[in-house]
Amino acid sequence: MELVAFVVLTALALVSGLMVILHRNQVVAALSLAANLVAIAGYYMLLNAQFLALLQVIVYAGAIMVLILFVIMLLNLPEEARKPGTGRVQAGLAIVLAAAFALILGWALIRATDGGGYPAASDTFGTVDSVGQMLFTNFFYAFEAISLLLVVAMIGAVLLAKRSVEP
Amino acid sequence: MIDWTSIVIVFVEILVVVGALLGGVSIMTWVERRLSAVIQFRRGPNRVGPFGLFQPIADGVKFLMKEEIVPADAYMPIYVLAPGMALTTSVFAFSVIPYGPTIELFGRKIDLVLLDMNGGVLFALAATALGVYAVVCAGWSSRNKYSLIGGLRSSAQMISYELALGLSIIGVLMVSSTLRPTVIVEQQAGWFWNWNVFGGGQLLGFILFVIAGFAETNRLPFDLPEAESELVGGYHTEYSSMKFSMFFMAEYVAMITMAALATTLFLGGYQIGIPLPLEGWPLWILQIMAFVTKVGFFMFLFVWVRWTLPRFRYDQLMNLGWKRLFPLALFNIFLTGILVAFEVI
Repeated sequence: MELVAFVVLTALALVSGLMVILHRNQVVAALSLAANLVAIAGYYMLLNAQFLALLQVIVYAGAIMVLILFVIMLLNLPEEARKPGTGRVQAGLAIVLAAAFALILGWALIRATDGGGYPAASDTFGTVDSVGQMLFTNFFYAFEAISLLLVVAMIGAVLLAKRSVEP
Repeated sequence: MIDWTSIVIVFVEILVVVGALLGGVSIMTWVERRLSAVIQFRRGPNRVGPFGLFQPIADGVKFLMKEEIVPADAYMPIYVLAPGMALTTSVFAFSVIPYGPTIELFGRKIDLVLLDMNGGVLFALAATALGVYAVVCAGWSSRNKYSLIGGLRSSAQMISYELALGLSIIGVLMVSSTLRPTVIVEQQAGWFWNWNVFGGGQLLGFILFVIAGFAETNRLPFDLPEAESELVGGYHTEYSSMKFSMFFMAEYVAMITMAALATTLFLGGYQIGIPLPLEGWPLWILQIMAFVTKVGFFMFLFVWVRWTLPRFRYDQLMNLGWKRLFPLALFNIFLTGILVAFEVI
């Protein structure tokens, strides 16, 4: 059963990932990105990280991607702007960065398969209970720091939005 | 060795649940029209069958036979996909809801819930969150200004009210300290004052959840995405025949799911509310009936409110969501925290 789920999710993730970068229509690309996020959430589910999977769908696919889609639809770019970029620098940089990323991933894969360094996670490590427990014990200070950072960012966003309305 | 019997059981269960949901939808279309007629001193559909009960069949045939009109400019792949997405996401959300106890059939124990998972409450929220895409996609792909405005309105509205919805159930999660719907329902067993809405001190959370649920399902008084006096039909203006019907069904399935979620979290799910000296099949049937009755109550509420209240203005909608419901939901969490800390509940 798990193999079937893995194959289906992989196909979905690959196809939607390719659609994101290859499709001419930005709305389709954004929708594919959302589908990709859901497929990755499926992977998390297979790896017993249910909480992460559900939060990924709720936060990224359910809220953030909708806002991005919102912006794309409002702009509704004309056809000329939809042609893919042909900059040489971009292409070169893309190849180099992609190669570097592939190297890092390959290295992680080799390390993971020979068993050195990465201990296997327990079956319950990704449940809501254990994630909550970890957030409020081991990672308490990091958690609080991030929440402070988010509040600062939110206040900043509100301030910026206000200033443009009332000069 | 694959356990084929359990796979067959799962498939049968899926068929039963989806069948019940769609059956509920067709009954609701009749109930909605009859009740609205009663509320407005009209007669409502009363020609097809006794009390017009066969009206949904006639409607279904009509939807199938109607000519399908597709706008020439529509972006086909998404235009075709959108109604399906609407229906799928709302059916998905129902899968974590326990609609009955664990029953025994032919010597096998069967949980009357499709997906009994840790974090099921979040799963339902995630599925509802994905429902936004259907509306947005329908609005955009139709290439119609009314549709687009409807889609954009709805995405803003659903994202805003998702916050209030999510925060309003945190009180329940604090009281029950689990995200597994089946366990939440089991904890509310016994007398009805054990239900979370009373025993858990979640009356405020319950009211907030129901209001946010109305907004999340785009029902009046929050039906701005399809406000017919401003937007013709909103996001489904350009849809006809069966595709329109799928949006229609999706709305009703979403209502049923929201009602079932409210029942599960606040009103004790399939618990009858009175401890009865019964066991086995009589008890199980009564419990399933209790669940259906509670969901039916919410469906009645949906219809009642729709035909009683006028529609909000858009700024009022946003003010209510962000400046009233959101702080109240935070206050509810704070209050529940105090109650839990002092072991009152």
